[in-house]
Amino acid sequence: MATLAAETPNNAAAAAPDAVVVRFAGDSGDGMQLTGGQFTLSTALAGNDLATFPDFPAEIRAPQGTLFGVSAFQINFGSREINTAGDAPDVLVAMNPAALKVNLPSLKPGGLVIIDTGEFTKRNLDKAKYDVSPLDDGSLAKWDVLAFDISALTIEAVKPFGLGNKDALRSKNMWTLGLALWMFDRPRGPIEDWLKAKFKTKPDIANANIAALNAGHAYGETAELSGPLKQLHMPPIHTAPGLYRTITGAEAISLGLVAGAQLAGLKMFFGGYPITPASAILHHLARLKEFGVTTFQAEDEIAAICAAIGASYAGQLGITSSSGPGIALKTEAMGLAIMTELPLVIVNSQRGGPSTGLPTKTEQSDLYQAVYGRNGDAPMPVVSCNSPGDAFECAIEACRIAVQYMTPVMLLTDGYIANAAEPWMVPDPDSFAPFPAKFLTEKNALNADGSETLLPYKRDAKGARPWIKPGTPGLMHRIGGIEKQVDTGHIDYAPDNHQAMTDARVNKVLDIAVPDQEVALGGTSGKLVVVGWGSTYGPIRRAVDNSRRKGLDVSHIHVRHIWPLPKNLGPLLRGFENVLVPEMNTGQFKTVLRDQFLVDATPLTKTSGQPFAITELEAAIGKYFDNIEGNEGGDVAVNETQLPSPEAEV
Amino acid sequence: MNEMTKIETTLKDWETDQEVRWCPGCGDYAILKAVQRTLPQLGCDPSNTVFISGIGCSSRFPYYMETYGFHTIHGRAPAVATGVKLANPDLDIWLVTGDGDGLSIGGNHMMHVLRRNVNMQIMLFNNEIYGLTKGQASPTSREGTKSPSTPLGSYDHPARPCAFALGAGARFVARGFDVSKNLPDVLKAAHAHQGAAFIEIFQNCIVYNKDVFDDFAAPKGAGDRQLWLEQGQPMLFGDPKTGLDKGIALDTEALALKVVDVVDGDWQSAGVLVHDVTNRAVAHMLVEMPFGPFPMALGVLYDDPRPTFEEGVIEERGRSVAGKDVNLARLLAKGQTWTVEASEGHPVD
Repeated sequence: MATLAAETPNNAAAAAPDAVVVRFAGDSGDGMQLTGGQFTLSTALAGNDLATFPDFPAEIRAPQGTLFGVSAFQINFGSREINTAGDAPDVLVAMNPAALKVNLPSLKPGGLVIIDTGEFTKRNLDKAKYDVSPLDDGSLAKWDVLAFDISALTIEAVKPFGLGNKDALRSKNMWTLGLALWMFDRPRGPIEDWLKAKFKTKPDIANANIAALNAGHAYGETAELSGPLKQLHMPPIHTAPGLYRTITGAEAISLGLVAGAQLAGLKMFFGGYPITPASAILHHLARLKEFGVTTFQAEDEIAAICAAIGASYAGQLGITSSSGPGIALKTEAMGLAIMTELPLVIVNSQRGGPSTGLPTKTEQSDLYQAVYGRNGDAPMPVVSCNSPGDAFECAIEACRIAVQYMTPVMLLTDGYIANAAEPWMVPDPDSFAPFPAKFLTEKNALNADGSETLLPYKRDAKGARPWIKPGTPGLMHRIGGIEKQVDTGHIDYAPDNHQAMTDARVNKVLDIAVPDQEVALGGTSGKLVVVGWGSTYGPIRRAVDNSRRKGLDVSHIHVRHIWPLPKNLGPLLRGFENVLVPEMNTGQFKTVLRDQFLVDATPLTKTSGQPFAITELEAAIGKYFDNIEGNEGGDVAVNETQLPSPEAEV
Repeated sequence: MNEMTKIETTLKDWETDQEVRWCPGCGDYAILKAVQRTLPQLGCDPSNTVFISGIGCSSRFPYYMETYGFHTIHGRAPAVATGVKLANPDLDIWLVTGDGDGLSIGGNHMMHVLRRNVNMQIMLFNNEIYGLTKGQASPTSREGTKSPSTPLGSYDHPARPCAFALGAGARFVARGFDVSKNLPDVLKAAHAHQGAAFIEIFQNCIVYNKDVFDDFAAPKGAGDRQLWLEQGQPMLFGDPKTGLDKGIALDTEALALKVVDVVDGDWQSAGVLVHDVTNRAVAHMLVEMPFGPFPMALGVLYDDPRPTFEEGVIEERGRSVAGKDVNLARLLAKGQTWTVEASEGHPVD
């Protein structure tokens, strides 16, 4: 397992690893996500940088032992900066034959695979479509194999607690976690505390799990003497001093929205409807009512956004959240928010599409929907977050734009960011500039005769109309989805008026002040720039970093403000000979860049439901440089090891 | 909302300067006037009143009311109104919808606003036709309705708005019609009800479905065709000139309503039912009572309040907030954290 993680450049000296990729894989009932989550926590507490990739089936309880029921959790951690969950695991823990079959192709040659032989029964081998047990046919020869009966060892370990075999086997994941903790020299204390808290009312279950954890740990100590198992201590990374915690994208967005509402001085109304992978935001916010949050689980996606619009109309910060298909349903109501010029934040946790698509897999294919996807000329700002930690700031930014410009804003995230965890330096809320909402309380214009009047669509310097809460004495007025007369807001279909109002809506959004685009890595001009947005940040950054270490003249630009785009982005891109745009879609941002800046943006697309591998991106970058050894040009092949085998998609 | 402060207004105070754009002779005019006449009598405050509508002829209503108004999108007014009410429970909300807006495209939202019991008055103008789109059959159109989309006559079975409302869990169900002099009383009862108050208002579309309600709404013979329900009063009807000589009684064997003759005003011995607005079982029979063999049941059919949705939301918020630490900095730092000291760590290679 002492091979280098894929994140490091190919020509780096092969020394002790500064990063390791571990994948826990098992049946969806085996608790692999829990194991991964707790291992993540212990990694964070050990001071390593990390990134995770939970990958689980859409089915809640897929039939046991089947290929499509395999659930996996991958973590990449190290004593250096970590940008992705890692291309290929160094260590694979396979709890049953199906998990082995689905995940083995990803394992690095020479990597370590830990196998629970207790699950390698004829029946389970059949379910995994193995004719012969891979333990017997020599097919595992290119890896280090540590195969033993974890099931039996777990039953043995929890025997004193008098559990039946079925219950005892549920502690298998803790046994495995114990072994993993030993492998990376981690304390068991925090996990024991967590188990005690989790099973507070069932001390027997807590103690059984702790016994399993300890047994796995002890096994490591004993087994070290012989065989492939080695203990590795990963020193902490040198990071900026401060207070840290781990955070998932869904948590970060929820907290960012709470912070955004506070910075605006508003109460928050959140309208949602259950949908994967967006529901986590509803769940988090439902527990934060003390922060002035009202959550409303509506009867459908349309009602969720409409209720949020109603709340914004009444003076709260309306927020709604969904994923692709649900966002499609909300589309008409977004037009209403655009027409009535009310603040609203729409969080879109993108997933594979179209239609129901791949509910639990990630994709960036809603960019067209976000930027262009409404009837009429319906401009709407779009902000995208690039990592779980970044999602916090982006949520605040979306709230700021919504409130300051009286407009709906779409915040793009995706299934990967929503579920993935990373260490996060806890920010000081006071470090964000407040943007207090202002409500009109008096008439805002004069009639020809000098008397006061109300103009609900009179615009300020930003092009925003006043926010007027119903209930304010004397400011009664009507708004709606029919075209509004300039200033007065009365119904008006006149040609000149529609032209003027269309222009006003478009220009208001185009003139939104967004920060200038910065270069994430590399120079501001040169041979090649890789332009990304959203969750491709990690792999692009690592691939560009690796390529630059090879001496290639390549830069990385990562765009947060998808609409309007930063004003300097066009000139910046024109400073590069080539523009490469990797996206987990068929080339949507590429279209926007070409359209807006007339630059020859080249797409690099992937729609496998899996994030980009660093090696894929490095290969694509290499194509632009003819002095790279082993680079013959030609098409960039998608990294096959990232794809599940065909059988896995039964 | 709780007890509101009554203020003095006149009908004029509730009129906007906008030209009313309904067809001349449309029943909507009468309803608009009835509402504008009723609100001053209730002591309502225009600044605290919000009219929210969907799409259709009826949904233009807010533009003519000098109150806050939100003309939303087709079918979604109940959802928007729910958000408004939750954000500011003190607002007095009137929802205006039609048979297409409220029962076809917006049927789902109508069901849920009633089920949740969000405190507002819901006026569903039922003209049994799509007017603004030029006369297609609607979900309340009678079987056989000939229209541009049903040239040989419609064959789908019409929805019954009051039965729908009651079935969805409404705690206030009433009926009236555009030109009825009793409409203001129905509106007042709806306003007095704490919770979602559903009012079906038959409305004459003089262009696409002219006089379709004349069989019971026409003044001539109205006494025999209209059963105006009043709390605590026997369910009597008939020509007022000759005396109310018919009543509604319960056929206990069939467990159904029946029409009985009342001789010499002795409704008791005829077994005529006394209207109890809280009797849900009888309400179910009244909303299903077919016109023809029976008169049209009008007035307040059912009125039995229970806690409103916004009361639940407020109560839950109170419970959630009790004893909680409301500090954003501490919230952000919640869970298991670790501190990286300035001197610690290893250099990046």
